[in-house]
Amino acid sequence: MIPASRRQPGFLAALLHRLTGLALAVFLPLHFLALATALRGADALDRFLAITANPLVKLAELALVVALALHLALGLRVLAVEFLPLRERTATAVSLALAAAGAAGLAFLLNVR
Amino acid sequence: MSAALFIAQRATAVVLAFAVTFHLATIIYAVRGGLTAAEVLGRTRGNGWFLALYAVFVLAVAIHSPIGLRTIAREWTPWRGRSLDFALAGLSALLVAMGLAAALALYLP
Repeated sequence: MIPASRRQPGFLAALLHRLTGLALAVFLPLHFLALATALRGADALDRFLAITANPLVKLAELALVVALALHLALGLRVLAVEFLPLRERTATAVSLALAAAGAAGLAFLLNVR
Repeated sequence: MSAALFIAQRATAVVLAFAVTFHLATIIYAVRGGLTAAEVLGRTRGNGWFLALYAVFVLAVAIHSPIGLRTIAREWTPWRGRSLDFALAGLSALLVAMGLAAALALYLP
């Protein structure tokens, strides 16, 4: 049974914000290492980029794009709640954040090859 | 969270709001027709705007990410105190070095 305090949209927002932040923090050093292969020339970068043809890697990329968009949207909510004189409707804000992340994921899927 | 860390986290969040929006748009544009080194490097090599923007992006994320991890560690694990702060300061320095190296790798001819 999930306690009532954790069935609030604000709890979901905070949890998703932390989980996406954690995922992005783990990915970031790997992203930097991968890009640094360009120091050894375009061929080295191309050899690295070849792994992105793997469907599992594409799926991971999609998850990262969605995580980044969701973390951004939830962060904008935090800034709005703290710094703008808005009366926030948390459930609406969380829905909008999820919609924005879904839209970013869809845009990625429609474009990626 | 101390006042200084709170301000740093929110100030970098504002910078990152712009940087991440630009980065997401770039990702979605860049993956059209598949990623190739020639295409990526064609946009970044010798491009001072790219280097300046991504240097700011790297510095902001190198501050923002360890502060966020600190919050998560203190909420979800028993780890806190000076050892946590030193570890995360080290991570911050590592992210600056790795991030600037990555940006330079894409910028330098």
